[in-house]
Amino acid sequence: MKLLKFAILALFAGVLIYASNDLPYRGDPDNLMHAERSITDTPVKGNYFIQEAYNDARTPNMVTVVLGDYRSIDTFGEQVVIFTAGLITILVLRKQRRREE
Amino acid sequence: MKEQFQSPIVLLGSRLLSPYIMLFGWYVIIHGHYSPGGGFQGGALLAASVLLIRVAGGTRLSSLQLREVINTPMATLGVAIYFLTGVVAVLAGGYFLDYGQLPIPGLEAAWLRYYGILIIEVGIGLTVMAILIMIYDNMVKGEDHA
Repeated sequence: MKLLKFAILALFAGVLIYASNDLPYRGDPDNLMHAERSITDTPVKGNYFIQEAYNDARTPNMVTVVLGDYRSIDTFGEQVVIFTAGLITILVLRKQRRREE
Repeated sequence: MKEQFQSPIVLLGSRLLSPYIMLFGWYVIIHGHYSPGGGFQGGALLAASVLLIRVAGGTRLSSLQLREVINTPMATLGVAIYFLTGVVAVLAGGYFLDYGQLPIPGLEAAWLRYYGILIIEVGIGLTVMAILIMIYDNMVKGEDHA
């Protein structure tokens, strides 16, 4: 049984290592995700973010602009999720005084 | 917690570290435009500085720093800052959360977006801080005798 576990782990490791051979090089400007037009000749959204983030919001950090400006409604949803999770802890975690019978 | 004791060394170390962690948290929030970081990360750091005192000093001592009652209003304030920024942009004639329409005079649209991002980051930081502290407070409720 232990041998089977290790065999499965080795199989997954082999699959991941094989798949990592096809990853693009980091920071290569010729990558598909950095191109202006995609394979099907439609404009790539990330290219607009890279080119216009500074001109739109005067902020050097592109990630902040995407998080706070272009995708701000998504960030608002994340904040509400955290807020709701915190309020639920009042119901779940707080110890109630046990009713004496 | 069956046995309880307070270590003055741990408390002193926590009191020394806590203000610097809180200052670094505000730095991460406000400097999010130029370096990695932002509301979520900075809020976690702010919560860390408060929780350090709570763990080291116990309930009675830490209520001098930040009382438990303030948690829920502070979290709500953070959400309200974010939401009202969006609503103000709507009232000024733009889309929801379109910072370019915020009614701050004397600034062009790009700089308005800059300050809009800053405002919402502060809101996110307040919410994350209050929620993390709230989770800890609700967990130790009734078990902390210090």
